[in-house]
Amino acid sequence: MSVVEVMSTAKKWEVFPGKNKFCCNGRLIMGNQTAIFYVTLFLIVIVTGLFFGSDCPYLAVRLSPAIPVAGILLFLFVISFLLHTSCTDPGIIPRATKEEAADLEKQTGGPSAVCGRDLPLRTRELTINGVLFKLKYCQTCRIFRPPRASHCSICDNCVERFDHHCPWVGNCIGKRNYRYFYLFLVSVSMHCIFICAFSVTTLVLISIENENGFVAALKTSPGSIVEAVIAFFSLWSVIGLAGFHTYLVSCNLTTNEDIKKNSASKSDRRNPFSRGSLCSNYCEVICGPTPPRSTTFTR
Amino acid sequence: MARLPPAHCTKIFVQRDYCDGTAVKFQTKFPQELEDRVERHIFEETVHELNAFYLEAETLSTRICCENCLACLTAYVVFLCMDTHYEKVLKKIGRFIQEQNNSIYIPRGLLLIDPAERGLRVLEICILVDDNSR
Repeated sequence: MSVVEVMSTAKKWEVFPGKNKFCCNGRLIMGNQTAIFYVTLFLIVIVTGLFFGSDCPYLAVRLSPAIPVAGILLFLFVISFLLHTSCTDPGIIPRATKEEAADLEKQTGGPSAVCGRDLPLRTRELTINGVLFKLKYCQTCRIFRPPRASHCSICDNCVERFDHHCPWVGNCIGKRNYRYFYLFLVSVSMHCIFICAFSVTTLVLISIENENGFVAALKTSPGSIVEAVIAFFSLWSVIGLAGFHTYLVSCNLTTNEDIKKNSASKSDRRNPFSRGSLCSNYCEVICGPTPPRSTTFTR
Repeated sequence: MARLPPAHCTKIFVQRDYCDGTAVKFQTKFPQELEDRVERHIFEETVHELNAFYLEAETLSTRICCENCLACLTAYVVFLCMDTHYEKVLKKIGRFIQEQNNSIYIPRGLLLIDPAERGLRVLEICILVDDNSR
């Protein structure tokens, strides 16, 4: 095949201009740096594995078989939400085609690069629900970024309703995967509390049964203390993050907007995207309609 | 099946209207380049219909809330087997655009590109060169 034929038959994910990684012939899309995602996955699997290996056999008999069943369900939810967060298109805005970029240039006046001089910053002003907004021009994507969108320098894409780039899940958090991220935080907090509580319960019950003290119980079930320590130290950061994002969801704000809000003047602080009540904001962010991915990468 | 425009046709872009927020809505301002090609009221009606479809897709209703709650309870595995409400509406929009192209725009030498092909960012209208349109 000639070069032209190869390029025309290349799938969209093979010629995608951003820095994302693709799997399963373009069906799954991840961020640029995924090493820490594998660490997250490894920690969750190892801690859960230790729990099922060292505590569940004892607790199922001593207390109730419902404990391992609940543990499995919680683990499956955690993994599902993590994989959905990491492998879902976060709301990548496709870059402008040549013709569209030229049309925008014509409308805003002037060519895009003039003899190496810096471009004047291009913005468009509009009012959304009574609040003045400036749409910024993205030099990389050659579009005026929609409100709430931001350009992720790690993945080199503009993302709709950009929250932040999360290294722990190896992807941007945006419009399409924010709910999975939030539910991942909530479920992993519950999972940490569950493992911590039941591993300590196992050690306490063993020490009472054997009457040899807590230290002897630790020697009988060393896995329990390892998973309890990891779960205990992870717990505080995930609960803190889950709490912070619960606040953001209730106000219909993104992390990006929350940071900018704190540096904005008092007159710009009203959020035009809030629906007015906690419940409505929650419903919109977590249960609202799910837009499909902007590009079908498998074609 | 979506028609492919000729490689080098002139293109007109109708941008998104963000005055009501981030919901998908296209500007209804009539592009100057279409002055002699299609009647203003026909074009505006097409854009109004499109905006109505997108409003249907994006409006938060009890049905959509229940659909997403059910999906959440199944850890979103159910969406691997069924289309979401949004995807169903986008398919309706695809059929609407095809029907508009066949009945109105192609006979006038124009071709509407489904905004879904452009990431819902812009409504692209191609001015077809007469001898290339078949």
